[in-house]
Amino acid sequence: MRPLRSWFIAPSIVLMAATLAIPLAIICVYSVLTRGAYGGVEWPWTFENYSRLLDTLYGAIFARSFGIAAVATALCLVLGFPLALFIARSGSRKNLYLSLVILPFWTSFLIRTYAWMFLLRDTGLINTLLQALGLIRQPLPMLYNNGAVILGLVYGYLPFAVLPLYATVERLDPSLLEAAADLGARPITALARVTIPLSAPGIRAAAMLVFVPCLGTYLTSDLLGGSKTILIGNLVQNQFTASRDWPFGAAVSILLIAIAMALMLAARRHGPDLV
Amino acid sequence: MDAILELRRVSKQFPGHRAVHDVSLAIPGGAFFSLLGPSGCGKTTTLRLVAGFETPTAGEIWLNGQRIDQVPPYQRNVNTVFQNYALFPHLTVQGNVEFGLRRTGAADMETRVRRVIEQVRLSGKESRKPSELSGGERQRVALARSLVLAPDVLLLDEPLSALDPQLRKQVRSELKELQRRTGVTFLFVTHDQEEALSLSDQMAVMNGGAIEQTGAPQELYQRPSTRFVASFLGAMNWINGCGVRPEATRLSRQLPQNAVLSRRGAVSRSTFLGSHLHIEVMLEGGEAVVAQTAPGDSAFERGEAVHVWWSADDELRLP
Repeated sequence: MRPLRSWFIAPSIVLMAATLAIPLAIICVYSVLTRGAYGGVEWPWTFENYSRLLDTLYGAIFARSFGIAAVATALCLVLGFPLALFIARSGSRKNLYLSLVILPFWTSFLIRTYAWMFLLRDTGLINTLLQALGLIRQPLPMLYNNGAVILGLVYGYLPFAVLPLYATVERLDPSLLEAAADLGARPITALARVTIPLSAPGIRAAAMLVFVPCLGTYLTSDLLGGSKTILIGNLVQNQFTASRDWPFGAAVSILLIAIAMALMLAARRHGPDLV
Repeated sequence: MDAILELRRVSKQFPGHRAVHDVSLAIPGGAFFSLLGPSGCGKTTTLRLVAGFETPTAGEIWLNGQRIDQVPPYQRNVNTVFQNYALFPHLTVQGNVEFGLRRTGAADMETRVRRVIEQVRLSGKESRKPSELSGGERQRVALARSLVLAPDVLLLDEPLSALDPQLRKQVRSELKELQRRTGVTFLFVTHDQEEALSLSDQMAVMNGGAIEQTGAPQELYQRPSTRFVASFLGAMNWINGCGVRPEATRLSRQLPQNAVLSRRGAVSRSTFLGSHLHIEVMLEGGEAVVAQTAPGDSAFERGEAVHVWWSADDELRLP
């Protein structure tokens, strides 16, 4: 049985090695080399790419990325938790609602982000409508700012929060809520003292599944953010394209990966987890 | 004794299922009151109506002179010991017991918690989580968590059924002792007639969503008013349309002079049960009856012809 089993997982191992481990190793090596004149990398090896990251310019980009990812994660949790509770308590309609949550995945993320641009821009649907109704004179500046990026991230990653939250709240023993009410807890108290604490594993998983990709996002901030909204993902992209500084782009990537892994390990340390 | 809890013609209709039908009960303050019946008889629904987890479709529930049937569970001064105990797994013993008190902000919270934890013999285990406790200990946490709030009535939903049989008898006497000591009115739901008979001051037997009979345990056992109560509380032989308890059913080879009521039969099985013999007899009419005799009495062989006789006083005539 054993040799057979290892044959079945061999393709996955080969795939992961070819598309994840080897490229990651290459990026690691790039990050300690010198930039070439027209992109690419050259000798000698150096740690300068990492020491440049200490510049306050990059510190600000990291700080902004953290801030936007944190706000988007918080909003996903606040919006996702009631939704997960609602789905878990809707009996035979659970599966219908769950498929509605993942319905957006049927369309490309890129196309959906473009759709937001058409809604939010100065000549977009919302501004045109408000102007036609005479509610506003000047179009509202809804696109190309941090708010638009956060909106795009929340929209894109809400399903990633709802699914693990649903998985935990659905398993909660309903008699615990009856017990809380029986002991005098109003519904809001029962939520705070029973439902939320017992959903901690799902909340941690949801937070990780949203925060980590939001921290590294580049498409959303590229399309919906203004020129001032440069996030870590955009920084990496710029280094590999316009700036032709592959080693520095590699160093930023490695730092981003290291931060994401540190966060996941920290979250795991706080108890059983879904991710 | 005045009734502390009163149900007046309470009914509960679920879609396509009538769970409780026209139930009236008056439970005296300080009593140990049992609701006994087979599973699906509506006893748990009745308890949930009192707790407030269900709302009656008809009738009224009064607690301590106030109508409560439309009051949400968190505003009723009754507490429940759930069948699976429903302890909060993320809280310690202490946290579970304090849960209901934190809301009231009672100044003497600490003293009250300590006292009730002592009462249920859980001192020293305050910082354990429910998963680190035995079944009996969990049940005591569930009791402590409710009793610390000094409810007008404590509702217990088959609290012994999750325990193993050896523990059950011991916990049963502890439960009775706790009820006597605290003076709290207990409304106890069970399908186990032995539990109900041994624990209750008053009890009601339920069947098919309705109450068959209410009274003291001895009264119900000796003077059941329906065939259902007679059969559900202990064994009953049905001979010539009358009920005779196995312990009142006598056997002999020769018919005694004073025996007025008797039938002929043949022994089909005899089982020794330590304190008594359990003898099954097939009557000539084809009915099977059971007699319970002392082990010192004469033994009967399988297939032996016997007279089954009883006294008219022991005969129960039921509709």
